[in-house]
Amino acid sequence: MQGYIYPNEFELQWSLLIVLYPYLTGLVAGAFILASLERVFNVKEVQPTYRLSLLTALAFLLVAPLPLLAHLGHPERSYEIFLTPNTNSAMAMFGFVYAWYLAVVLLLEVWFDYRKDMVLWARESRGVRRWIYYVLTLGATDISEKSLRFDDSAGRWITVIGIPSAFLLHGYVGFIFGSIKANPWWSSVLMPVVFLFSAMVSGIALVLVLYMLTTMFRWRKIDMACLDKLAQFLFYALVVDFSLEALDFIHRLYESEESIEILRQLIESRLFISLIVLQVVMGTVIPLIALALVSPGLKKGGFLRTPPELRQIIYLVAAVFIQIGIFSIRWNVVIGGQLFSKSLRGLTVYKVELLGIEGLAMTIGLLLLPFVILWVLVKLLPPWSDGPEPDTPPASG
Amino acid sequence: MGIDVRKCIGCARCVVACKTENDVPEEPHFFNTWIERYVIRRDHEVDVDSPNGGIDGFPPIAEPATVRRTFFVPKLCNHCDNPPCVQVCPVGATFITQDGVVLVDEGYCIGCRYCVQACPYGARYIHPEKHVAGKCTFCYHRLVDGLVPACVEVCPTGARIFGEVEERATPLARFMQFNDVQVLKGHLNTKPKAYYANLDGEVR
Repeated sequence: MQGYIYPNEFELQWSLLIVLYPYLTGLVAGAFILASLERVFNVKEVQPTYRLSLLTALAFLLVAPLPLLAHLGHPERSYEIFLTPNTNSAMAMFGFVYAWYLAVVLLLEVWFDYRKDMVLWARESRGVRRWIYYVLTLGATDISEKSLRFDDSAGRWITVIGIPSAFLLHGYVGFIFGSIKANPWWSSVLMPVVFLFSAMVSGIALVLVLYMLTTMFRWRKIDMACLDKLAQFLFYALVVDFSLEALDFIHRLYESEESIEILRQLIESRLFISLIVLQVVMGTVIPLIALALVSPGLKKGGFLRTPPELRQIIYLVAAVFIQIGIFSIRWNVVIGGQLFSKSLRGLTVYKVELLGIEGLAMTIGLLLLPFVILWVLVKLLPPWSDGPEPDTPPASG
Repeated sequence: MGIDVRKCIGCARCVVACKTENDVPEEPHFFNTWIERYVIRRDHEVDVDSPNGGIDGFPPIAEPATVRRTFFVPKLCNHCDNPPCVQVCPVGATFITQDGVVLVDEGYCIGCRYCVQACPYGARYIHPEKHVAGKCTFCYHRLVDGLVPACVEVCPTGARIFGEVEERATPLARFMQFNDVQVLKGHLNTKPKAYYANLDGEVR
């Protein structure tokens, strides 16, 4: 502790779990927006990641409310958010935004996209699997041309609705923080927009990593056109994200309100590693430079001509760095916003617990859970067709 | 509530009375009300402290020769007329009564802590045993019996004044008539109902 903090501020209110929550929802929104690139904007190159993006979004969305729930003082009363929401509260909208996104957007889109396959799998499989697929089709087993056309156009329309919904989901999470006028570190109209673009960055980076790993572990050839396109969009999203963050930063510095001195101390003493080193240098500047140099989407062949194998490694490292950077962004917002006193006269500290319901172990568990769910989803609803392509090692080119 | 900063001697009887009356946890980081000591130096440096809310007294001031002025400021929930805590509560567990007091329904609060984040004054905490938001209630249980809040009752110098704002013949109305009053963090438009007389501009 340093300087003066109000006595009630000794305990930090929102812990590591609340860092996890915007991180997870960001991945959901980002992965979905990536999926919509193929579906609505006809970016055909990223087609190999379309279904994987959808399943990733679904897996992470299922886990997203868990850190919130685990963090509540009275989780058994959480249903009151649905029953008696305070319509003036940004947080009260969580249940509705979440339910809308899960039920209306993601589940429906996945269902329409997979319906034909599920019908076929139900016919081919035996035993329990057959029944699982049959139940998943909800009895709609008509796969005539007409009904498939309907599936396709329904899927397209849901994606069209889904894009603003994904914006809503994560923009809304940003609003939860940005609308707190008591906290000068949070209170910013740019917060929802910054959240949104960082969500896109994190979602694209995650799917890029997942696509590479799943393809490599299936001993398939990585589609370089797809990977280059992903990297190109990742670069664009990162540029916008960084520009917005920089704008917010410069704006604060220039306005130099009464909170500026304590925020300066905050950055210099408490957030130096997580903000300057991890978020800006490692999570933004290095990936930006790396992608700018090698991405053939920006300049034909790339500013530096690289063999595909090297490019893959550069993309992978950049995407992992970006994930670390985005997690740091969430940390810097959530924890950073609580490390200085609202008296603007002092700083406090946050010590991460190892065990316990809000501890590090729980956080890691909740961070791994979506991957477990995704693994189950991929087993159940394979996002790729494994049939015709012969097994070729990925290194062949 | 009215607070005359010049009358406060920092004895923190109010803090003790509040903790006793309202079952506030004894540990040092849960307060419905607390006393801050401001020490303003000649070079404009400001030192603020509130060790255990003032209950254990205040340590001697370091380098007394450099002090320009010093004073105590009682703090508590401002029972804002435009309260951010009420606005953000997702389930409506925190609310304003008809007579203008901001309360928490302990049987309804889900413990999400959003209200604690939204309060600009640090007036809320999460009760360590009940796991719900805790705060000053203006001793609502006493008000309904026609009594004043415990902190007002015990203040030896009459630094805390209680009453209805809009009535003419209450101590608070008189206090507001004869003093220039200010509120804390007025720029946030929370419309606080804790009115301070003789408040220094350094107080936040």
